[in-house]
Amino acid sequence: MSDLCCSLLSSTPDSEEREWTISDYEAALARWCPGCGDHAILAAVQRMLEAEQLPPEQTVFVSGIGCASRFPHYVRAYGFHGIHGRALPIATGVKLRRPDLNVFVVMGDGDCCSIGAAHWIHSIRYNLDMVALMLDNGVYGLTKNQTSPTSPRGLPSNTQPRGAILPPLNPISATLGVANASFVAQTADWLPAHVFATLREAFRHHGFAFVRVLQRCPKYTENIFSTLVHDPGLVELMVHPDGVVVPELDRMFKNKVQHDPADLDAARRLAVSDGNVRLGVFYRNETHPVYEETRAVPARSAGEKLALLNTELDRYAV
Amino acid sequence: MRIAAPAALLPDKASETPAAVATVTTLPGHTLEVVSDSGEGAQRCAQIFGTVSAKMGNGIWTVEIIPAEIQPPPRHPTSASGNRVRIGTGAVTNWGDAADLIVAFNEQALLQRFRLGALADDAIILIEDMWATHADPQIRNAWDDAMEELGGRSFRFINVPMEEQCLTIVDNARLGKNMFALGLLTCIYGRDLDLVRDAIAQGFLKKAKSALQTNLDLFELGHRWAEQHIDFRIAVPAVKPDRAMVAMNGNQAIALGSIAAGMELCAMYPITPATSASHYLSDVFEKFGGIVHQAEDEIAAIGVALGSSFAGKVAFTITSGPGLALKTEFIALAIMTETPLVLVDVQRGGPSTGLPTKVEQSDLLAALYGQPGDAPHVVMAPATMEECFLCMTTARRIAEALRTVVIVLSDANLASGVQRFPRPEPSEHWLAQPLDLAPVRDGLRPYDWDPQRGVSPRIVPGQPGGMFTATGLSHDEASHVGYTPDVHERGCQMRSRKLALFQQMLEPPAVNGDPTGDLLVVGWGSTLGAIEEAVERARQEGLSVSSLHLRFLSPLEPGLKEIFQRFGKVMTIEINYSDDPTDPFFTSENRRRGQLCWLLRAHTLVDVDCWTRVPGEPLRPGQILQAIRESMPQGGSR
Repeated sequence: MSDLCCSLLSSTPDSEEREWTISDYEAALARWCPGCGDHAILAAVQRMLEAEQLPPEQTVFVSGIGCASRFPHYVRAYGFHGIHGRALPIATGVKLRRPDLNVFVVMGDGDCCSIGAAHWIHSIRYNLDMVALMLDNGVYGLTKNQTSPTSPRGLPSNTQPRGAILPPLNPISATLGVANASFVAQTADWLPAHVFATLREAFRHHGFAFVRVLQRCPKYTENIFSTLVHDPGLVELMVHPDGVVVPELDRMFKNKVQHDPADLDAARRLAVSDGNVRLGVFYRNETHPVYEETRAVPARSAGEKLALLNTELDRYAV
Repeated sequence: MRIAAPAALLPDKASETPAAVATVTTLPGHTLEVVSDSGEGAQRCAQIFGTVSAKMGNGIWTVEIIPAEIQPPPRHPTSASGNRVRIGTGAVTNWGDAADLIVAFNEQALLQRFRLGALADDAIILIEDMWATHADPQIRNAWDDAMEELGGRSFRFINVPMEEQCLTIVDNARLGKNMFALGLLTCIYGRDLDLVRDAIAQGFLKKAKSALQTNLDLFELGHRWAEQHIDFRIAVPAVKPDRAMVAMNGNQAIALGSIAAGMELCAMYPITPATSASHYLSDVFEKFGGIVHQAEDEIAAIGVALGSSFAGKVAFTITSGPGLALKTEFIALAIMTETPLVLVDVQRGGPSTGLPTKVEQSDLLAALYGQPGDAPHVVMAPATMEECFLCMTTARRIAEALRTVVIVLSDANLASGVQRFPRPEPSEHWLAQPLDLAPVRDGLRPYDWDPQRGVSPRIVPGQPGGMFTATGLSHDEASHVGYTPDVHERGCQMRSRKLALFQQMLEPPAVNGDPTGDLLVVGWGSTLGAIEEAVERARQEGLSVSSLHLRFLSPLEPGLKEIFQRFGKVMTIEINYSDDPTDPFFTSENRRRGQLCWLLRAHTLVDVDCWTRVPGEPLRPGQILQAIRESMPQGGSR
């Protein structure tokens, strides 16, 4: 495969006409547990990459540490499997100096909402043109069952065996509360068509697209989404032409709310769960400045740099 | 209770009539200080004096005297703010021992310098005397107490009515005394008036013309006052250098050096004393196609630099001790993923928040060994402002060639001190190569280590056929995660071999002085000038002492053991803490030694001793000379 890739891409006309298929995005066999929601999310991501025809060499997946953060190893693209909580700064560095690359960030709920919370808040403000996926299973899985900031109150774990002490953090409300919030959506691993459509909208959005994916962990939090999975009546789809449009879900979900993603106040109201879990695009606004564009500076040739440097040194001449 | 100062201590009342003939004393060098409350501009005054002196052809070295706060309470010893400027006929390599002349805007700032031993026994003290007769009795008392404390020395006091004089031009003398003081110094040291006027004007480029005129008037007033009232002049002859020179501080040099190295991203978080480098870069970097990214925290700053380097640019991050601590995990990630990265640590006093504005060299072992796990990388330390400039290109090249982290250890002394040095002649070869996104040769893997040398080619995103996932997990040549003994041991071996390879490329360090002798003094970083001056003075006393200064701390430069064995005794001189060996509480077993000392003992198995201090100021050559005298091995030649 890679032989073929190289020979094809070495000549420009071919590379432009190259059609990527799903197998072009497949890498190592995923080592998540059987039944883990991450498998479905990976498949949806690969479908989206194919649908958008993103050249693997122009695409970078950056992750932190945790079950979800193994993601880049399973996608054939460039990847950076970093350290816990710090995927966003790495991705910021990549996109800031290489805006030509398609950048995807994959984090878990511990990564994003706990140890890396500062980067989450500030990445929303920077508003770089990238997609940030938060695969939220409400638990620390890789370290074997500790309470996470999104664990439902009362959920027993190895660190809070008598149940999670605090109410969970609402990642959607938190994101919507930050200046420059640009794209905020929620989807669920058991609805692959919805994941696909949401990701596609996120990728096409110009700005920082934050997507929370409700993700089942068959090992530790099997029950937290089971009622939702089995009772579509508890899920409310947010529908709008500017949101996620998934016609095949229409029959399954009777519960729908018309929500214009331009309406921030409505988005904030809908983000606060009143028993229903809402899926779709809460908010979308492409008018915010995009950091790598705001910070773009014209490249200089070596000769220009040297001439300018000599001028600068002259300021210090004695 | 007021204590009457003995008559002998009363400051000279400067004569009201013009000094008929001022005595001119010609000296090879002189050290002066200007101190005030924060916000009164003593620093600006001294900086202009230093720059003008350098322009006239004098060697200079300046040191900031700076409180940690922006505007601490006035007239308090700990609030003293200003600069020391040492000028010389030849090159000046350190701040010297004590000030020969000081201009103090109040007696409390003066007292602080006195208490720190910063004044020569026969120092000339030009002091604002309004406090002696101030309406507030507490202030008058404080003045009297200070004069009492300053008594019994051979200081020569010259009272200067700065406030009174400045009020003839401005309403708020607090904002004008610095220019008046500059006038005094310009007269005393015979500085070129036009150069001073130009330098003043430089500070007002973006301000109202009237403000500039007021400052110039205050300067002329001070100059005239000195002409009429001060009966001595100090001449430090200048020699026009035979080549172009520049004068800048170490942080400016690091910023300019990063540009000369072709770096295009500086990711940082504000921290003293590193930040001024990013201030300067923020001003000019974009012209060069670079940007300064102020991150949300220290960790994000290095993360952004790492991401940028992974994507093909060599980026750097700049910080100080507390920031170095926070960046630890990312440093190890860069080493593990073999992503080139330059980290500048402008050291300050520690541990913890320590001495934010003051110099120390106590991050050495943290820089070397701060990362949990085996994390081999390069650590280097510039010793002068010129080396601050040059080391950035060296650091970038090493980082790229070895695909590793290079930590540059500067310090507060280099960062804020201004030195004159030959103007660098940057070349296109210093710049980073443009990004090459050519397809990756068939079968090439991201960690195809040369088994002997440990190096491997760098692949960056955008290169067709090169896709891989960098990971902090143990991995094989293809960057596939592997936990087996062979994979992990091989990775460790390869990352380590790069350091051995690099060590082989280094030259043994030069010995300053005789190649053999009774004592070898070893230093690193900003202490170079003070150590060499002390060694020179010791040799003039007949002591058999040489010195050696290390630029690379990891890997250590070759041949050290062989050099050490040629001396009766080896001793490091460092600005970090070690237990005093003359204190009977300490034994050779429980005594904690200086950081370079510790390293050299482990590395050479030579019984290296150390003399270290943590005064929160640069070491003085006289202090080092005394340590050398006291450390000469028994039976050493005199």
